Amino acid sequence: MRRTPIVLALLGALTLSGCSSSGSPGAQSAPAAENSPPAAAGGGTFSVITHGAPGDSFWDVVKNGAEAAGKKYGVTVTYQGDGDPGKQSQLIDQAVSQKVDGIVVSMANPDALKEAIGKAVAAKIPVVTINSGADSSKAFGAITHVGQSEDVAGRGAGEQLKAAGVGKLLCVIHEAGNVGLDQRCKGAEQTLGGTVERLQVDVSNLADVTSKVAAKLQSDKQLNGVLALNPAVAIAARDAIKDAGSQAKLATFDLSGDVVSAIKDGDVLFAVDQQQYLQGWLPITFLYLYKNNLNTVGGGLPVNTGPGFVTKDNADQVAKLAEAGTR
Amino acid sequence: MTATAADERVAGVGPLRRLLIRPELGAVVGLVVVFAFFASQSAVFRSPDGIANWLDPAATLGIMAVAIALLMIGGEFDLSAGVLTGTTGLILVTLATRYGVNVWLAMLAGLVVALAIGYANGLIVTRTKLPSFIVTLGTFLMLQGVNLGVTKALTGTVQVSGLRRASGFESARVLFAGTIEIGGTSFRVAILWWILVTAVATWVLMRSRPGNWIFAVGGDEQAARAVGVPAARTKIALFMTTAFAAWLVGSILALRYTSVQANIGIGQEFIYIIAAVIGGCLLTGGYGSAIGASIGAVIFGMADKGIVFLGWDADWFKFFLGAMLLLATLANRLVRRYAEEVKR
Repeated sequence: MRRTPIVLALLGALTLSGCSSSGSPGAQSAPAAENSPPAAAGGGTFSVITHGAPGDSFWDVVKNGAEAAGKKYGVTVTYQGDGDPGKQSQLIDQAVSQKVDGIVVSMANPDALKEAIGKAVAAKIPVVTINSGADSSKAFGAITHVGQSEDVAGRGAGEQLKAAGVGKLLCVIHEAGNVGLDQRCKGAEQTLGGTVERLQVDVSNLADVTSKVAAKLQSDKQLNGVLALNPAVAIAARDAIKDAGSQAKLATFDLSGDVVSAIKDGDVLFAVDQQQYLQGWLPITFLYLYKNNLNTVGGGLPVNTGPGFVTKDNADQVAKLAEAGTR
Repeated sequence: MTATAADERVAGVGPLRRLLIRPELGAVVGLVVVFAFFASQSAVFRSPDGIANWLDPAATLGIMAVAIALLMIGGEFDLSAGVLTGTTGLILVTLATRYGVNVWLAMLAGLVVALAIGYANGLIVTRTKLPSFIVTLGTFLMLQGVNLGVTKALTGTVQVSGLRRASGFESARVLFAGTIEIGGTSFRVAILWWILVTAVATWVLMRSRPGNWIFAVGGDEQAARAVGVPAARTKIALFMTTAFAAWLVGSILALRYTSVQANIGIGQEFIYIIAAVIGGCLLTGGYGSAIGASIGAVIFGMADKGIVFLGWDADWFKFFLGAMLLLATLANRLVRRYAEEVKR
């Protein structure tokens, strides 16, 4: 008898808590769902799945490129990024079950993505690989690869640094699992003719990057060059060189607005530009052409988006574009 | 008044009441809410393909969350569990590809190392009485360094790959990383491992003497020891259980992706704890459930994949994920508070 009201109150509370927790996410989703209905657009849906962490300045430009191309052609482009190859392959699985019209994927770790990409190809979904993984692209059944050979770009950077008088170089690696970064350092090592030391940092903790690079420069005065492999790391390294009172020359891979102005100021010698906007734009274009006209590009060879070098001479023109998020 | 109260102590507990005081009830409510929300918004999410998609991350997360839940009920944390999945995977792939060791033997070696690390964690915690948060944070950082340092020293790169060509790979893959066809949809074998781990853990917790010990050392260690519970041994066994789970997950992932990066698993340790907490574990120990942790893992898997199915902007992904988890935990807590009132 006495228990009944308690139980009733409990049931009431249960329904209440159920309502409150379902109400909020519903409210959040309503506007978002209107903006991008997954498979509703007439022109098709293309899924871009990269290994870049959300908020990474390099991958943001790729995203801009892909989305701008999507808008241009009137197709839906979704962009996802996850540095964990397991998660990345799950995202590919998801795109396959959503039956998208094409998948763009960057392969920092091709082995781990082999199975998922195989499933996409088996489901007759065209795949374009971008950025890293050029060597495996064709074997996995991708229609083409869009990117820049890491080795060639690294060698180019090494040559330029040698010409600038660098004898002992610090190569700053910012993603522990990415083979491409290591290849850049190796490439630079081949053409520099001096020694290359590698320093492992975490790109999501830039303050720590600055202090680590500074510590390295302070402890080894012979280091007279720093090669950053990411624009945000380059800015952190620039601060580190100042902090350490070092004369080391700084060069970087890839661009950002900050890097371009640093080049203009003479703080950064040059940037190796792989023009990653193209790695977003071109695959969407290729998939669009493949879907509507069955075109394939490259003839089985990778389509190169670089390397180009941004130096003091052309920095001004590139500056405007970088600030708009397209370079 | 007093007469009725005395009566209630000996009265049988009704089925509804027994249901309400279960720690996983809040998680079940959260599960229903999250599923209903995503299923109503996305047709793919509720299709067999979609379900296979979101059960996939839930399975490997669930195995870890169950082990972490046991450990948390026992009153301890393990922050090194995520990186340990990477360590075991690296041992497996390195031994099999660089030294030609049979995959099964390489897995055995990984298991031995994992159990040794779990034993060391437990021994340091029980001997020094330092908080396990600090001890395993130390192990976490050390393993992170070892993973990168050893991989780099042995292979010259930051990832080991090529497991597909190793001897014994196919049989191990079928058992740990294969797929099962159910009605034209392929589900991961890891899901079965996850169910098995959950079942065993639940049986141990609810029906065995070590299960009582776990609740006892997590509730009040001094009191537990006073009544003769082998507190130190229980805790060491719990750390070794977590290490075993990390080995299982590490091996599943390595066999599935045939390569392991040196930085894998970092940051996952908090996801395990989140899943266990959604499932009804208290951060202070002594309360929780293994099934709850599994349900927590499913909620996480659904939110993780559901957001992608809905096509929300990836830039906001982490925000939605966090909000979703917070809401699930809040719903859980509300339910639990009422459940505890009923208990009294």
